[in-house]
Amino acid sequence: MQTYDLEADGLRGLNATLQGASGNETGWEVVNPRGSHAIAVGLDAPLDVTVKGSTGYYCAGMNQQATVRVAGNVGPGVAENMMSGTVIVEGDASQYAGATGHGGLLVIKGNASSRCGISMKGIDIVVGGNVGHMSAFMGQKGHLVVCGDAGDALGDSIYEAKLFVRGSVKSLGADCIEKEMRPEHVEKLTELLEKAGIDADPSEFKRYGSARKLYNFKVDNAY
Amino acid sequence: MCGIVGLFLKDKTLEPRLGEMLTEMLITMSDRGPDSAGIAVYGTDRDGQAKLTLQAAEPSQFEGLAEEIGNEVGATIEQRVIDTHAVLGLPQDKLSAARQAIKRLRPDIRVMSAGDIIEIYKEVGLPGDVAKRFDIPKLTGSHGIGHTRMATESAVTTLGAHPFSTGADQCLVHNGSLSNHNALRRQLAREGIEVETQNDTEVAAAYLTWKMQQGHTLGEALEAGLADLDGFYTFVVGTKDGFGVVRDPIACKPAVMAETDQYVAFGSEYRALVNLPGIEDARVWEPEPATVYFWSH
Repeated sequence: MQTYDLEADGLRGLNATLQGASGNETGWEVVNPRGSHAIAVGLDAPLDVTVKGSTGYYCAGMNQQATVRVAGNVGPGVAENMMSGTVIVEGDASQYAGATGHGGLLVIKGNASSRCGISMKGIDIVVGGNVGHMSAFMGQKGHLVVCGDAGDALGDSIYEAKLFVRGSVKSLGADCIEKEMRPEHVEKLTELLEKAGIDADPSEFKRYGSARKLYNFKVDNAY
Repeated sequence: MCGIVGLFLKDKTLEPRLGEMLTEMLITMSDRGPDSAGIAVYGTDRDGQAKLTLQAAEPSQFEGLAEEIGNEVGATIEQRVIDTHAVLGLPQDKLSAARQAIKRLRPDIRVMSAGDIIEIYKEVGLPGDVAKRFDIPKLTGSHGIGHTRMATESAVTTLGAHPFSTGADQCLVHNGSLSNHNALRRQLAREGIEVETQNDTEVAAAYLTWKMQQGHTLGEALEAGLADLDGFYTFVVGTKDGFGVVRDPIACKPAVMAETDQYVAFGSEYRALVNLPGIEDARVWEPEPATVYFWSH
């Protein structure tokens, strides 16, 4: 395990070091993050990075292969455009967590605020608490699991992302509907909860997804 | 983009450090607003005494002002000049007469704030430089609000900087932009409420003043604002004994809050809060959209 002191050695040095890391030294601990932005971004190796404290914007953005853990809260845009790998947040996440993510797993043990998983394109997101309004807006692919409640306009203008919510949904967005929970969905949800290390009973969840009514132009909708 | 910081102290032993703590928070938010900066601080209440913070283009414009106002209103006026600002101390019952006198005697001088304890300082320049010019770290008090500005809706001028005063001992800072401020400015003009600049935030401040003149509390005025103010905003407001936060329903302008037994703190980003005492164990959260938060002593 190697330690990097962000306050002493700076952000550019951290990202350059992690992006250039090779060999067997895959374990890193980042201390003194002090809410800094863009910590551990653009990684593309099977590293295991733990950030000891809260971060600012865009932590672990564009991640590939690496596992990034944050022992604290994260600011806006955590794991934005993640391609693969795992990002685990022990605390809460601010807005647009996992936005546009193509792959990998994002686990938020606390709450995520608005626009969680906006325009998700294949990422799996598991939130231990609640999510804010407009979550999974225009979600194209992947899964959003919410163990608490969802805010207004969940899944607005959704494509084929699959949403699972255990608690209440304040309101559904345009073209988002509740759907039947079939065995394959229970299986997938069980797998995701297990991977995320969150103890929740899959049978308590409801599934939401696209009514597919916005896919084609309808003359009746024209002004 | 803009930066907001705020600190509401519950623990009186921290009051001597209010200016120092706020300055540190403000400087951390320089990246979010390097154009100009401002701060409102709520100091000690002196029985029967009021305060006026004035701003002039040149400090020389304050020469002899206290005596001249004193003669006009028939009272002794204290005056402390700090760079382009002056803080006048005067009897409460002479406050409105003194404001009239200033308008006549020195029409170019602007009133930044009026009330029992509020002082507002704001200028163009980097937040660190502005804090230094007005010796902000030395200020003491029970609560304060700071703002770093990256202008979008009006020119980079002293009067376009925040905080804006919304009435006696009240102030408002804003991160965001309002899209209906021109229509609202015309509506307020018809109601007899004048605004001085083309700035959108000043219209929001004037709107709150108008609502409160109609008998609303600040909380009610902020609730009404959720319906009438169109655009993006995170507002932080200060009153004589309180401190409030409200975000628009879309809530894309960032906000982080922290609370301990010693204080309630606001920052546009968590970075602004990292040096506060006991932050590691504070309750840290993001204020909900379209929800009015308020703390008072």
